[in-house]
Amino acid sequence: MVEIRDLSKRYGKGPQILDSINLEVMHEEFISFLGPSGCGKSTLLKTLCGLINSSSGSVKIKGKSPDEARADCGFVFQDANLLPWLCVQQNAELSLKIRGVPKSLRREKSEALLKLVGLSESKEKFPRQLSGGMRMRVSIARALATSPSILLLDEPFASLDEMRRNRLNEDLLRIRNQDLFTAFYVTHSVGEALFLSSRVVILSSNPGRIHTIIDVPFEYPRTAALRESSAYLDLLVKTTHSLREVTVE
Amino acid sequence: MTFRNYSIILMPILSSFVIFMIWFGLGQNMVQERVEKDGYTVEEAEGARKAVLPYPNEILTALTIHRTDLLQATSNTFSTAILGFLAAVIGGYGISLLFSSSLLLKQATYPWILVLQMTPVIILSPILVIWLGPGQRATALITFLIGFFPVVANSTQGLISTNKDLLDLFTISNASKWQEIALLRVPNSMPYFLTGMKIAGTLAPVGAIAGDIFAGTSASGSAGLGFMIMVYISSAQVPALFATAILACTLGFVFVCGVNVIHWLALKNWHDSYGEAEQ
Repeated sequence: MVEIRDLSKRYGKGPQILDSINLEVMHEEFISFLGPSGCGKSTLLKTLCGLINSSSGSVKIKGKSPDEARADCGFVFQDANLLPWLCVQQNAELSLKIRGVPKSLRREKSEALLKLVGLSESKEKFPRQLSGGMRMRVSIARALATSPSILLLDEPFASLDEMRRNRLNEDLLRIRNQDLFTAFYVTHSVGEALFLSSRVVILSSNPGRIHTIIDVPFEYPRTAALRESSAYLDLLVKTTHSLREVTVE
Repeated sequence: MTFRNYSIILMPILSSFVIFMIWFGLGQNMVQERVEKDGYTVEEAEGARKAVLPYPNEILTALTIHRTDLLQATSNTFSTAILGFLAAVIGGYGISLLFSSSLLLKQATYPWILVLQMTPVIILSPILVIWLGPGQRATALITFLIGFFPVVANSTQGLISTNKDLLDLFTISNASKWQEIALLRVPNSMPYFLTGMKIAGTLAPVGAIAGDIFAGTSASGSAGLGFMIMVYISSAQVPALFATAILACTLGFVFVCGVNVIHWLALKNWHDSYGEAEQ
């Protein structure tokens, strides 16, 4: 479904950010990118949806270029980036409005999504009236409004405390169970990557290359109990070791 | 109720009382000096004092005597200020939209706008009177020239300083340039635009009065407060001059309050400057 072939990225005459990235991702896979700061995780994510052009190599999404396939992508940023002058519901249906979807259909879709992310009661509130976690939920609802087959998430829960992050991770998997999409997730948290993903891609830095790909064997749907299982904890140790190797390098 | 609750009313009353005491004290001192040092009679000294520092009751009397002329002049200045202000706000924001969509146009035009802004109105006004003739047209144009730069400078800043991630969001959603402007850049620029509008609103009555001093005319009852100031100065009617100042100040208050209400209405729901987040 998504094919990344020899992808490299360099900004002008600056240092190489990404070098020879090769990855094939099947429909409905959940891929997490882990790696030290500056290894190009976010650049890779933005290349997938055509926000950044690659210097060489190619990305194909269902056989299309990222620019052509953009309509099929949803993006969740590190900050919720809600439009502060719009209420929760208007924010959730923004992408639909841009695409010219009639108001009644927009309302129907946004109501369903806000219910899914647990914000039906807050649909008329403005972003400044929400907590960080609630804003992130709206951001996810907005990204899912167009029913994308690919969801790109760039450290969406990085600014939240661990308890809220864990809760949102569980919510994200619950949402994905209902609205199956292929996910690319950038994070610094090994635990988060393992809990969410079917595969974890560890990138080394200077330049960003794929160091290791770890298969996560746990079945979906996953629950909070998974975090306490010995298999999960063993994999956590193994993945942390791999990550340490690229950080030390 | 604590002192803090009452202080918002008490303190201005107290400061007004102190100012009036100083005012009367200065007047009395002036009269006394004239009588003792210059040998004036008390009536002569009072007359001289009135021509320099009239008391509030004398100003109110002048206001009553000249009320027809002054109210007409205030109304004329108000309509000129509104005209110039609206032109500054609409024209200024329009220019900002053009600037934000074309860097070349901004580079070509912005220096000329700066030149226009840097040239004192006191020099521009006579030129405009020569070109347009005296009257409301020239006065409104002077008001526009004073008010439009803050709108242009602030709004352009607001239109170009849009969050990069939000622009990316619109790119991912395949938004057109028009949608990006209408749904993102314009609302994002509102706090900046409204700040520019506040400044323009403060300057509009000043511009209308200053413009009227140069371009005002008494023809067909179109004299504004600036023209009345010139009339009262030339005829040494100082209490009437002070009365004009009170009306000009009131006009300024009306403008600033009006603009603040618009600012509040536009931003109260969503902008951080109004109230704390609930969370």
